[in-house]
Amino acid sequence: MIIEELIEYAQKLHLREKTGKHEVKVCSAAGCLSLKSEAVADELRKKIAELGIEEEVSVKPVGCLGLCSKGPLVTIDSGNRVYQNVKPEDANLIIEKAKTDPQSETDKFFTRQQKIVLENSGQVDPEKIHDYILRDGYKALHDVLEMTPQEVIDEVTISGLRGRGGAGYPTGLKWNTVAKTGNIKKYVICNADEGDPGAFMDRSLLEGDPHRVLEGMAIAAYAVGADEGYVYCRAEYPLAIKRLKNAVKQAERAGVLGKNIFGTTFSFTVDLRIGAGAFVCGEETALIASIEGKRGQPRPRPPYPAEVGLWGSPTLINNVETYGNIAPILRNGGEWYAAIGTEKSKGTKVFALAGKIVNTGLIEIPMGISLREVIYDIGGGIPDGKKFKAVQTGGPSGGCIPEQFLDKPVDYESLSELGSIMGSGGMIIMDETSCMVDVAKYFLDFTKDESCGKCVPCRVGTVQLYNILDRITKGTGTMEDLDELDDLCDLVKNTSLCGLGQAAPNPVLSTIQYFRDEYIAHIVDKKCPAGVCKFHTHAETGKSEVII
Amino acid sequence: MLIKKIILPSDDNRWKLINATMKRHGYQPNSLIETLHTVQETFGYLDEISLKFVALTLKVPLSSVYGVATFYNFFNLKPQGKHTCVVCLGTACYIKGTNVIAEEIKKEFKLSMGKTTESGNLSLLSARCLGACGIAPAIVIDGEVHGNVSVEKTLEVLRRHENDN
Ligand SMILES: Cc1cc2nc3c(=O)[nH]c(=O)nc-3n(C[C@H](O)[C@H](O)[C@H](O)COP(=O)(O)O)c2cc1C
Ligand code: FES
Repeated sequence: MIIEELIEYAQKLHLREKTGKHEVKVCSAAGCLSLKSEAVADELRKKIAELGIEEEVSVKPVGCLGLCSKGPLVTIDSGNRVYQNVKPEDANLIIEKAKTDPQSETDKFFTRQQKIVLENSGQVDPEKIHDYILRDGYKALHDVLEMTPQEVIDEVTISGLRGRGGAGYPTGLKWNTVAKTGNIKKYVICNADEGDPGAFMDRSLLEGDPHRVLEGMAIAAYAVGADEGYVYCRAEYPLAIKRLKNAVKQAERAGVLGKNIFGTTFSFTVDLRIGAGAFVCGEETALIASIEGKRGQPRPRPPYPAEVGLWGSPTLINNVETYGNIAPILRNGGEWYAAIGTEKSKGTKVFALAGKIVNTGLIEIPMGISLREVIYDIGGGIPDGKKFKAVQTGGPSGGCIPEQFLDKPVDYESLSELGSIMGSGGMIIMDETSCMVDVAKYFLDFTKDESCGKCVPCRVGTVQLYNILDRITKGTGTMEDLDELDDLCDLVKNTSLCGLGQAAPNPVLSTIQYFRDEYIAHIVDKKCPAGVCKFHTHAETGKSEVII
Repeated sequence: MLIKKIILPSDDNRWKLINATMKRHGYQPNSLIETLHTVQETFGYLDEISLKFVALTLKVPLSSVYGVATFYNFFNLKPQGKHTCVVCLGTACYIKGTNVIAEEIKKEFKLSMGKTTESGNLSLLSARCLGACGIAPAIVIDGEVHGNVSVEKTLEVLRRHENDN
């Protein structure tokens, strides 16, 4: 099959589905769905039928439009205004707007972004492959099959793309390692475990544009010489799982997955594995153990999965968003991608904005713009006239960045220098009502629960850290506890087996570094400046006690 | 090739679903987690009989099956109440106060996390992020995600469920 045939196939499917001149796109991602966006779509369809204007206007369910806090969201055709908080009663108005000249978007939330990974999200119907194909879908895969695997890898290397799962390892380098293992059985895995609480980038991409991820995986498989792939998706994302399953089936039917893709000798099949609620399974060796049906416990590296992975075979494992970047890189060239972003952090990054911020939702920005631009221009600042306190990046492995660093650029190096990490893309904004000791305790509660228990520093160390933080938040901590925290953090960081333990102290270290006065207020003054931790003083002994 | 005779634990038809999953994976031991997912979907939880059946059929030691079932938070070893309420304790929801919602639920229904009320009507569970952080605070009641919830609204719905006969 050649690309023209594929496009013809898509057009046929497209024609079968009567669409109007204008498309009203209704967000059908998880956020808007739970705000009843389906009722809006139903009402729109009903009204269009009543007016008999099906040829003029039609309704299309699409993936995440980004501004989750203002859902249900509706947009008309491409790149036009996004209507917010839409109710079924607004159907007539929307139809009217669709028929007349649709206005263009002016809201900074949308205009300051640059979309590569999410370019189709909110545009295509995620349940229909033809919609994807008609937006240049699977074209990169087609073209890649005329290149040598090495040429494909070189293009990815030139792009400067780094892994979006957290660690930022150069993707081209990883592909090269797997490719070099020779002509043996290999696997490609997509890490869709997205365990960081407060992060929903991967979810949105899988729900909004699943074919983009599959295409990226297929290109990777061709480049490294694999013929079998797995997507490991967390069970908490039922809609993503459903859409992925559907996408795999459609891709097989269209001949872009399965045997002899595009009539070449290249074959690649994709299967799904569902996680079962263990954070550590996002770690690559634990994830592999989990696909093998075992307890998800990590093992020491090296050997890296690139050499010894799934069932002992070389395995390429990348994050959902990493794969999401592949097709555009191959379509437009590595140089094009490398021109976006900063010297060492190329391209764009998707972030999930959440917490105390006006515009919560999903954004994609070029690397290197400042945290301030993200939080104030795109995010719209802090609601209810409150004061900004910190932005948390990198989830339980990251740290809290205070006000004085808001002009730092968002890239891998700058965020690590600040004691946090880029992480997978969760960005949680905290205002003056959050207590930083409590936040540190929150994360340690998480890591102690999620520690798999295999190595002692992580299993025992995180509990010790938690206990000390717990004492401090209850007003019974001492200044020695602060030193003890420092020592323990050092120990856990340097002696744990995997990234979970190694990064677990980060929330504690960064809050001690930037918010030491809050710790001291708890310890010495028995006060929580944010008013989160409640103490009360025992009338007779003068000792503080917690109110339960 | 060895032809396997699978003996189902009872004539309850639902066991056929469990068997179908294992069969689809060629009764490979590595299909353990997939199979446990099917058991939980079918029966709502993993009891001793099903764990034993899966262990025997996949030829995995029962201790390993138990090890896997208890390692992953998603698997329940006890039946759930008629209605379930999952409070998200992910970071975005925590910052927006779901811990307060959870405390209020515990107080009102005399519950602790992971437990069911005496009537068997209501179970309280927690999750670490549902990926609905954009509409935090979020909770899931009977499988349906609710965003931007308040303490009062939540308690009101749960009271109705708890008094459901
Ligand atoms: C405790 C822990 C949890 C992780 N969770 C995830 C995750 O949820 N998603 C992900 O893509 N990578 C996660 N990673 C990183 C993976 O181990 C791995 O580096 C990544 O999938 C590689 O893909 P990339 O190079 O495309 O980033 C985690 C690592 C650790 C140590
Ligand atoms: S933190 Fe609750 S949905 Fe993400």
